[in-house]
Amino acid sequence: MITLIGGAAILTVVLFLVVRSFSAQIAQQSQDNVLGASARSILDAAVIRDGQVEVDFPYASFSMLSTPSDDRIFYVIYQDDKVLSGYHDLPLPTLLDDPDTKFLTNSYLDETVRQAVVSRQLVGAGLRTRITVSVAQTQENFAGTLARISRNALIFGAGFFCLSLLLALWTTSATIGPLRRLANSVAQRGPKDLRPIAKPVPSEMAPLVSSLNTLMGRLGQSLNQSEEFIAEAAHRVRTPLATVRSHAEATLHRVDKEDNRNALKAMIRAIDESSRAAGQLLDHAMITFRADHLERHEVDFAALVDDVIDRLNPIAEMKDVEFTTRGDRPIIVSGDPILLQNAVRNLIDNALKYSPSESEIAVELRAAPSPRLILQDQGPGFVPEEIETLSMRFTRGRNAQGTVGSGLGLAIAQDVAMAHGGALVLENRKEEGACVTFSL
Amino acid sequence: MRYVFTLILLMSATLAGAADWEDQQVFNPGDGRQVLRVISNTDTSVFLPILEGYLAKNPDVSIAYFVASSQEVYERFRNAPEQFDLVISSAMDLQLKLVNDGFAQRVENVPHPSWAQWRESLFGFTREPAAIVINRDAFSGLAIPRSRQELIEILRAHPDRFRARAGTYDIRQSGLGYLFATQDARASETYWRLMEVMGSLQARLYCCSGDMIDDLASGKLAVSYNVLESYVSARTDIPETIQVILPSDFPTTMMRTVFVAREAPSFQQAIDFVKYLSATTLRGPDLDRFALPALGMGANLGAQSTITLDPGLMIFLDDLKRRTFIAEWENAVIQ
Repeated sequence: MITLIGGAAILTVVLFLVVRSFSAQIAQQSQDNVLGASARSILDAAVIRDGQVEVDFPYASFSMLSTPSDDRIFYVIYQDDKVLSGYHDLPLPTLLDDPDTKFLTNSYLDETVRQAVVSRQLVGAGLRTRITVSVAQTQENFAGTLARISRNALIFGAGFFCLSLLLALWTTSATIGPLRRLANSVAQRGPKDLRPIAKPVPSEMAPLVSSLNTLMGRLGQSLNQSEEFIAEAAHRVRTPLATVRSHAEATLHRVDKEDNRNALKAMIRAIDESSRAAGQLLDHAMITFRADHLERHEVDFAALVDDVIDRLNPIAEMKDVEFTTRGDRPIIVSGDPILLQNAVRNLIDNALKYSPSESEIAVELRAAPSPRLILQDQGPGFVPEEIETLSMRFTRGRNAQGTVGSGLGLAIAQDVAMAHGGALVLENRKEEGACVTFSL
Repeated sequence: MRYVFTLILLMSATLAGAADWEDQQVFNPGDGRQVLRVISNTDTSVFLPILEGYLAKNPDVSIAYFVASSQEVYERFRNAPEQFDLVISSAMDLQLKLVNDGFAQRVENVPHPSWAQWRESLFGFTREPAAIVINRDAFSGLAIPRSRQELIEILRAHPDRFRARAGTYDIRQSGLGYLFATQDARASETYWRLMEVMGSLQARLYCCSGDMIDDLASGKLAVSYNVLESYVSARTDIPETIQVILPSDFPTTMMRTVFVAREAPSFQQAIDFVKYLSATTLRGPDLDRFALPALGMGANLGAQSTITLDPGLMIFLDDLKRRTFIAEWENAVIQ
């Protein structure tokens, strides 16, 4: 932008100087032309009559020099070296034998004058003489013309500058505008939105956009591949694990030795943990895929939560944990029922895991300000420094030792909440235990 | 009145050689007053109302008014430019030459029409046509000529009646006469034929309009050519048989001009005077004081075009040119 304006300014100055000097030349030339014509008209009138030089020059010789500024006129007529008539002290250059009219700038009576000098050989009966005529004129009109031209050139230059400025502004905005719009549209995209850019852009930017699109395409493909890979891997791991677990359980019944039983129990626990992790990886991959292409249905969120609680009730009873459910119902939301179910299951499962025996999990449902599920347990709660990072993948709390978990539960719940335009908020209760708010 | 005389004597002593002025007067004299010195070829009586009008507005200025012929105005001023503040003359060519040669100072911002000024220095303030003036007594039984051509025919037809009774300027003495002659000669060949006829009638030659009018009034002259119409109109002492004819073929109209001397000691008063003069002649409030034909606001210029203020006027002031022209004129008139 600055470069463009600077360029325009330099161009303007150059334009002004060129126009001014060119005009000055033309103005000077036109004054010279008239001066020359005047001097020649006087010279042409010179004749030799009866051995005497007579110069009966016409009225027009001087009246043609009339200017709007009423410039002063001086002239002198020489016969050889003798002044015949006119202003005796008008300075005159030493003349060579030259038929051309000569022009010079001189100073006379404290004024700058432009002077034309012309000379001619006169031949009469027994007389051979040289007549020299010089006509001079002050330069007030010339100066006035020059000032006028300079003013016009200045106005012209200023106009030119303004025009260049406008053009520069226009060009810049025409170039920067689409670039900025493109940057904005890329910046405003969701973290997983890797669709190609479809907005129209100026043809100059087409290569940039197309390479950007190619890059995003490759990125999306590689992400998909890794998701697919995880899902495939988890699936392939889960089935053999189930087989190994049933063999281990069968063996456990047949073994009596206390050491061996303990070893088998540890083995079964490890298998459980692995299959659970594989299951959650599968869930996560599915959620990532579904969150990108969210299928919305009308769902009763409260009924969905009740259903999950019913399914987990057997495990809760084993730990002597009791659910107390309250709140608004039904809560009709627009969302993907499979995702919602998965998220709620993960959250309640987590609460169960960390609840001590003979405790209570409070489940609260609210329809306003947005549909939400609030879970409160009486467990150890979150470590305050970890609250920010807990919902990242494969992150487990420091107080999670001894519980089965993959570190994906909270990440899945958060992804689902965000895909539905909501959020997952983790807090510690004032008394004891954790409070998780899942809002849509 | 005694003061006036003393002052005149004093002034005369200081002014170049105390030469023989046609007239010299001091108006509104007084000690310590700024003196505006005017050199002019306009008769005091004609110019008096303007001087009085100016003095009425500027009571603390006194004016010394010197009258000489236009040629003398030119020469005396040129020889002692620092002794005068204002130069007034009817010889436009001489005035223009003085301005061209740098003897004038600019008076800026005078709302004067451009055709009546040159270089914001020389201002025309009257428009006075040259006229044929006749004494009708001498034309009894003859048609009154309306143009130069008709005058030529009448003069040719009645040489005895008009012998030594036709008059015109001696252009060798009168600057105004020379200006009129050169402008006439520029305009038409008729001028030369008229001069030849007048020469053949032993025309009388005069230095000044006033003398010509006197001789017309007394009957000594029957006709005079290129007399200032304004001078005839201004005269009240002439018989009514005197008739002014503005030639219908082409008019020659001059402007009386004024400029402020470059070295004017009282230049501020001189500038004020020029502004007053310009305002008055352009239908200012004091126009009724004006005894001369005022400029008006450029009205009916086509019918009465004036000699233009342009450098061409200086052509006939050239020594060679003047010599040639006067030789030609003498050939025609003096036979």
